[in-house]
Formats: sequence, structure tokens, C-alpha cells
Amino acid sequence: MASPLQCDLCGKPATVHLTQIVNSKMHKVDLCEACAQAKGVTDPGGFSLADLLLKASLSPEAASAGSAGECPGCGFSSGDFKKHGRFGCPQCYRTFSGMVAPMLENMHKGVRHAGKVPVKALERRTLLERVAGLEAGLADAVKAERYEEAARLRDELAEARRAAANPVPAVPAPGPVRR
Amino acid sequence: MTVAALLANPSELTDTASSKCAVVLMTRIRLARNLSGAAFPGWCREAQREEVLARCREALGATAAMRRSVNVPVAELTDLQKQILVERHLISRELSGSKHGGGLVINRDQTVSVMINEEDHLRVQVLRAGFQLKKAWNQIDTLDSELEERLDYAFDPELGYLTACPTNLGTGMRASAMMHLPALVISGQMEKVVRAVNQLGMVVRGLFGEGSDASGSIFQISNQTTLGESEDAILKRLGSVLQSIIEHELNAREKLIEADAPKLFDKIGRAYGILQNCHQLSSSEAMNLLSLLRLGIDLGLFPEPIRAVTDRLLIEAQPGHIQAAARHDLDSVQRDALRADKIRNEFAAVGRPDFSLHTKT
Repeated sequence: MASPLQCDLCGKPATVHLTQIVNSKMHKVDLCEACAQAKGVTDPGGFSLADLLLKASLSPEAASAGSAGECPGCGFSSGDFKKHGRFGCPQCYRTFSGMVAPMLENMHKGVRHAGKVPVKALERRTLLERVAGLEAGLADAVKAERYEEAARLRDELAEARRAAANPVPAVPAPGPVRR
Repeated sequence: MTVAALLANPSELTDTASSKCAVVLMTRIRLARNLSGAAFPGWCREAQREEVLARCREALGATAAMRRSVNVPVAELTDLQKQILVERHLISRELSGSKHGGGLVINRDQTVSVMINEEDHLRVQVLRAGFQLKKAWNQIDTLDSELEERLDYAFDPELGYLTACPTNLGTGMRASAMMHLPALVISGQMEKVVRAVNQLGMVVRGLFGEGSDASGSIFQISNQTTLGESEDAILKRLGSVLQSIIEHELNAREKLIEADAPKLFDKIGRAYGILQNCHQLSSSEAMNLLSLLRLGIDLGLFPEPIRAVTDRLLIEAQPGHIQAAARHDLDSVQRDALRADKIRNEFAAVGRPDFSLHTKT
């Protein structure tokens, strides 16, 4: 939005800025003092931004905080989503969570996953994170010459590395795991 | 295994006709899966797409189910081979058009096919002849669990499996049945059925998915939503919708015979006549005639063994399959002639329909 903000109704400099969530969509309105008075915005009880929006026929702000930004994972923007209808990478779902959440309500039966969970993949990821944590801890301990701690960490690290390298049990995988 | 060998091999679709559930031609389940840490195929740099392809091909090659499968980049296939695979519902048109990084892994009996770098990194599909939701799910679940041991899937505890399109979030599962519904079409009830099915959260499409027509009265019915329900719940819901469509179709058949048997038998008798005597047959006309013949088999007008021939021809009368049987490139008129020859020969020995079963009142 252009800065200095102008009143959405009459174009004078705006001094009253409002944000309201209606039907899980974010609406923003900027008004000058006179228009705010006239529309009863100063009276918090009797004021509906939705009405105001309808009269002024302003379009709701498309997305939330992420609307202007790009996904740090892949450089995808919310505009790209509007164009393609698809996201750029798995991380986009976190980057554009404000845009995704309201969309899902109309799209699906629920908004929380209730099905299969890739238990093996998640276990492996946890193990790798543990290895990384232990490596950092070991380096710190050695640097600070806390050798007793370093020895303990080294043993733990060896164990964690073994587990991370071989997370697959010898027996066949069990059936589907559900929460 | 080479693609050529695969295509010459008997396949689930063309060689497993069963009268157990005549209305459902086949059941398919597909899972959309992506690797964490890589952009989705549509937004991916070429080098990364190639890397994803290599990782997926290796992981698939190491599973029990896909160890001795066709496992190739799409670029290595000829256009004709791709067309045949599309006609067998083993790959999508999108994948067959992909230039870089697309891959496919298909097992020998063609019950399992995996597309790599289509809309998602992995599109795993199991296809079974007949009404086999449970069997298909068990098979795909086992393969998926095995893959997950080797690949880091993009997964979020809230949103489930993360997919390029948010319509596939959650389970990433689309289960569908290919249904033969001639009586509902003839009696003009299909529109009503489509509306009712939509209200139950299921989608009806033509033979080749979105936007394709329903020639041969063949429709695909699948779940629309993937998030908020377990796989079991979705399959149960779909299963009961399919069951009630089957009942409606069977009722519609009975009503057609009750109301105006000569009209229905005329259609089937003419279809038989054309199939046995044609010399020019387009693929959509073939589809419609075979569909009527199949209805005749269901009604007991033709002996049961004809079903296998009919179901195989529903696949093999398609343009790619006809072209593959020829030595040189055919134009569409030549193809129509060759198709007619093939079908005429296949049906030459089929005896006349026996209408007596239904004429006694």
C-alpha cells in the first residue's frame, strides 16, 4: 500500500487504521478523521468493517503477513501461487500459512491430518537432529576443555550415529501406523 | 525389464476380466508424496529435478515390489510407448509430455506404477481389475511404508503429506473406481447420479480424468478431499458410494428390460452385428459398441468367456495400441480399418446373442 496512507473513502490523509478478520479473511481499511466519525468507527460497539468494506467495495487483503514475502526455501511468492495454483516447495506451507489456513476449510473435510504418518522417516529425522546437536555439544566441550563431558558426549554421539545410519529394523515393516 | 517387454507382457487390465463385479472395471489408488528439502517439480531447477529423479529411482529399485521393474527416465520412451502407457492408465498425459527429470517405474504385471516428477515428486499408483479397494490399499500401503524407510518424505503433523497442490494435502490419496454404467446413461439418470455423488464429497470424471468424455458409458468416481480423514475413512465412504451406484445401475438395467426390452436388445443386437462385420471403426464408436456388448454379457445374452475379449479390446482398440500392432505409421482412416479388422476377427467366432432368457414373461 502506498505510504503516506490515504483515506479509502475520500482520499485525504488517513489517520485511522483498522484491521478486522471477517470469515477468516483479513480486511484493512484506512480512513481520515472525518470519514471515521461519519461511519461510526470511533464507536467500537456499533461498527462493522464488513459493512464499510461492502459500501466502499474494497477487496479484502488477499493474504496475511506472508503476502508480500517470498518463501526462504524456494523464492516462491503468493503471487506465484495465484498464477499456478500450486506451491513451490514443502516449506511454502509454513511461509504462507496465513493464506493456506482459510483455503483448506472450503477445500477439505477437516483441517487436521488424520491419516497415515511416515513414522520411519520422522524417526530418522529426529535421530539426525540428535547427531547434529551432540556434535555441536562435543565441539563446545572440547573447546572449553571439559574433557569428562566430552568423553560422555563422544560415546552418546557414536551411539546416535549408529542408530541414524541403520534405522531400519531387520524385520519387515509393520502395518500402517495411525495416530 | 525393458518397456517393450513390459508392453508385450500380460497386464492386470487386459487379462484379468472377472464377472464378480461386472459394474466396476477397475480400482485405482494413488498416493502423492514429496521429498523434504527439494522444490516441487513444477518449481524446481533442472539439476535438482534430475537429482530427485535419481534418488527416487534408486529407492524404488530397492523395494521388494519394484526390484525387477521397468525403471526409466521418461525421455527414453518413444511417443508411441508413452501413448500406450497412457491408454493403460499407467502414466498421465502430463508426465508423457515432460522433458526433463520425469521418470516412471512400472512392475511386470502392471499393477503398480510410479510417476516421478509429475506434479509431485512421487505419484505412486496401484491398479487392480474389478472392485478391489481393500486389496489395492494394502498393496500401496506396503510399498509406501517401504519407500519411507529410504526417502525423507515432506510431512507436517498438522497438514499431513505436503503436496504441490493444497487439494492433495493430508493423506495425498486419491482412490477411484472405473465404472461401467450403460443403463444409467441410456435411461438419462447420469446427471442426477453425478449431482448426488458430488454432494457426498466424491467426483465423477470421464475415462481419462478431468475434462475427458465418458465414451463407452465409463466413468471414474473418486474421493474429492484428502485432509481431515484417515485413509480408512475415505475408502469406507467411497466404497459405500460405489456400492450404491452399483445398485442404481443394476436397478436401471432391470427397469430398462421391464419397460422396453426390444429397444434395449435392438441396441445390443446392432452392436454385435457391427462388431462382427465392420470395416471402418473409430475408437469412440468401438468404445460405445464394446460397452453395449459388455452390457449384453452382464445380461446373459452372450457366454461369459466373451467378457475377457471385450474388456481387453476396450483397452486395445485405442489409437496407440492399434498403431503399435502396425509396421508403419498409420493415418486415422488406416487406423480405423485396422481396428475394424482386429475386432471383426476377435468376434468372428462369437455366437449370436441368446435373447430367450428375457423374452419369457
